[in-house]
Amino acid sequence: MIDPSQPTQQGSSLWLDAWIKLGKNRLALSGLVILLFLIIISLLTPWIAPYSYEEQNLMLGATAPSAAHWLGTDIFGRDMLTRIMYGGRVSLMVGFIATAVALVIGILWGAVAGFVGGRLDAVMMRIVDIMYALPFMIFIVLLMVVFGRNILLLFVAIGAVEWLTMARIVRGQVMTLRKQEFVEAAYSMGLSKWAIIRRHIIPNTLGPVIVYTTLTIPSVMLLEAFLSFLGLGIQPPQSSWGLLINYGVETMEEYPWLLIFPGITLSLTLFALNFLGDGLRDALDPRASKD
Amino acid sequence: MALLDVKNLSISFHTRHGETKAVDNVSFSVECGETLAIVGESGSGKSVTCYSLLDLLPKPPAVVESGSANFDGVDLYQCSNSQMQQFRGNDIAMIFQDPMTSLNPFLTVGEQLIEPLIYHSDSSQRVSRNAAKQEAIALLDEVGIINPEARFDSYPHEFSGGMRQRVMIAMALINKPRLLICDEPTTALDVTIQAQILKLIKTLQKNRDVAVIFISHDLAVVADIADKVLVMCDGKTEEQNCTNEVFQNSSNRYTQALLSAIPTGAKTTKSLAQDGSPLLKIERVKTYFTDFSSSSEKVVKAVDDVSLSLQKGEILGLVGESGSGKSTLGRSILQLAPLTAGTVSFAGTDLSALQPSQLIPWRRKLQMIFQDPYASLNPRMTVYQTLAEPLLYHGLANKKSVAKQVEQLMDDVGLARSSVLKYPHEFSGGQRQRIAIGRAIATEPEFIIADEPVSALDVTIQAQILDLILELVKQRDLTMLFISHDLSVVRKICDRVAVMHHGNLVEEAATETLWANPKMDYTRSLLSAIPATNPS
Repeated sequence: MIDPSQPTQQGSSLWLDAWIKLGKNRLALSGLVILLFLIIISLLTPWIAPYSYEEQNLMLGATAPSAAHWLGTDIFGRDMLTRIMYGGRVSLMVGFIATAVALVIGILWGAVAGFVGGRLDAVMMRIVDIMYALPFMIFIVLLMVVFGRNILLLFVAIGAVEWLTMARIVRGQVMTLRKQEFVEAAYSMGLSKWAIIRRHIIPNTLGPVIVYTTLTIPSVMLLEAFLSFLGLGIQPPQSSWGLLINYGVETMEEYPWLLIFPGITLSLTLFALNFLGDGLRDALDPRASKD
Repeated sequence: MALLDVKNLSISFHTRHGETKAVDNVSFSVECGETLAIVGESGSGKSVTCYSLLDLLPKPPAVVESGSANFDGVDLYQCSNSQMQQFRGNDIAMIFQDPMTSLNPFLTVGEQLIEPLIYHSDSSQRVSRNAAKQEAIALLDEVGIINPEARFDSYPHEFSGGMRQRVMIAMALINKPRLLICDEPTTALDVTIQAQILKLIKTLQKNRDVAVIFISHDLAVVADIADKVLVMCDGKTEEQNCTNEVFQNSSNRYTQALLSAIPTGAKTTKSLAQDGSPLLKIERVKTYFTDFSSSSEKVVKAVDDVSLSLQKGEILGLVGESGSGKSTLGRSILQLAPLTAGTVSFAGTDLSALQPSQLIPWRRKLQMIFQDPYASLNPRMTVYQTLAEPLLYHGLANKKSVAKQVEQLMDDVGLARSSVLKYPHEFSGGQRQRIAIGRAIATEPEFIIADEPVSALDVTIQAQILDLILELVKQRDLTMLFISHDLSVVRKICDRVAVMHHGNLVEEAATETLWANPKMDYTRSLLSAIPATNPS
């Protein structure tokens, strides 16, 4: 029995419990640690990077990893470690911010459409369909023409495409959830629609949303590389992981380290994301066992 | 020699939380043409026992620790996979609880019926499509499907629940099994349909001389159909005897507890209905839905011109089969389903005339208890959050006092205060229904609609929840509309009963008056479908 005089345990909630459960999941925790490590390195890069990311040393050319250049240099003699560190700044920023934009818009859009249903749902989903049908490249080129080349625009462009799928997933979830008795119970209790969406609907859609998010972040990073490769994203001498991998592929046979090291970094990030995502999904589901 | 002879069966589940014994040293036997009923509450191991016979248990975690099951000279626990394949369906068939989910919605009923005949695992026994169809139609006729030739090409959704269960029975019988295992085949069905299905199983058994194992949580259901009864509790045999002995001379305490949990007889407490003007008055309520599924838009008259009134303190039973519109009427009263016409006035205010935002203060006073305690609680909210939400939302508690009030609610509905931080899935069905009741009374309502609050629960738990409801009604001066298809339950707790049929109110009378002197044929058929509590 709990002593009634004790300050009560109202602190316990889905999120607190999830945090405790996540703490016990070693794989997820190591994913979190790796991600935090990468983020911290990216933030500190301007101060701790061993070389300049743009200064070329054509005399040096491409060299294999050595004591001076731990991860080797590229064909212009630029230090790979530095370029990967700078690339991480762009890639992680694009990955997280664009995905966050997609998440927020997608969840709200999908939840409202699915919950309200009827005509509003039809209109909102037709808008999604139209956005789907819009050729992505033309959309980006238009944005670039109108607003000029800008890294923020890149986030907007990618976010504007990625939220569509999220909205569909959430809407489907919500449509089944809103027929559930506990939602009807909340309604009969007099809760407002917004309170029902926030407290009863969204927490119950988290499972698929988290899984989809962990899939979205890497695809956004690769999308950035694709856009940059076409000259629509960031431009050399700036770098990103996707861009480094693209250049690495071209010279794979002569200078394999130009592909291997950015590849390892990106893969490591994806592993960490997946472990963390799986851990979060389990942690946020009270039905998954508590140990 | 018995057809099936199970000896000293023990089954346990090995999980990482340790070992749980599901079945502990159980022995029984069934002869040809005999019916054995296995009765027990959920978790008693009755289903595990039967599933193990057909090797349907997930392995791991399930392990058959010891024992033998001799079926016609072969031990089912020792035979190979291919041998088991032979037994399944051919010699031993099974009928499951929920006829809604055990048929493939994408195949016609006929296609599913003839499947085992034309794709038989033993190629020498395969028959031609035409022959199979003839056989299937004959069988559909035998299980009481009207116009079987035409129905052969119907899809499962075109059948009602009871008809689907008939199809399931036909499917189980298509290979002429010698043993039929029925796992709570009538639990998901209405009383009248239940009576028909029980009769059907009994007739089929007599005609075909099959052995039947009938699993149920409800002793009343098996009274008429079983030859002998095995009562199980916590994996152990409590009692095994012929049906008459079990019902009349049992000295086993658990059996007696099960028997006494069966609701019988009239309400023992007196009516608390107060005089004066009615608290709730519904007049000429109509709730129509438009059915878009058929090509021509069709209006479904779920509730058609119903008028009712409830005095303060009264418990009114609303009975009828599924589809009679009783749940829709309940939802219409709470304005959860929009009214097509009519008025619902509560304490003199016409609720149906209010805007949604004006309704919010009224919602506090009218609450609902739902049927399925597994679906009516948010799985991601602790009991604390579930109970605190209405208190905080309606301003009945502040941040400081809410913890105390939640604990008070836990006491009121008989839950341990220490489990306040658990999630719904950590509770049993009965405990979950207590949480749902706690949530309904949290806002101190005056009127509660209980929509089949006990039909998803075991009989013993049912009795406890009914007691709790009666007590709360008395303590808190509640008025209640009790919706149920189970007439014995209604008789036990309601002061007055209203009978619904096809959206209409067909009869309304004080409970005992209705039982003694039902005026309408429909009411009479409902009353006669109540399973006898004594074997005849």
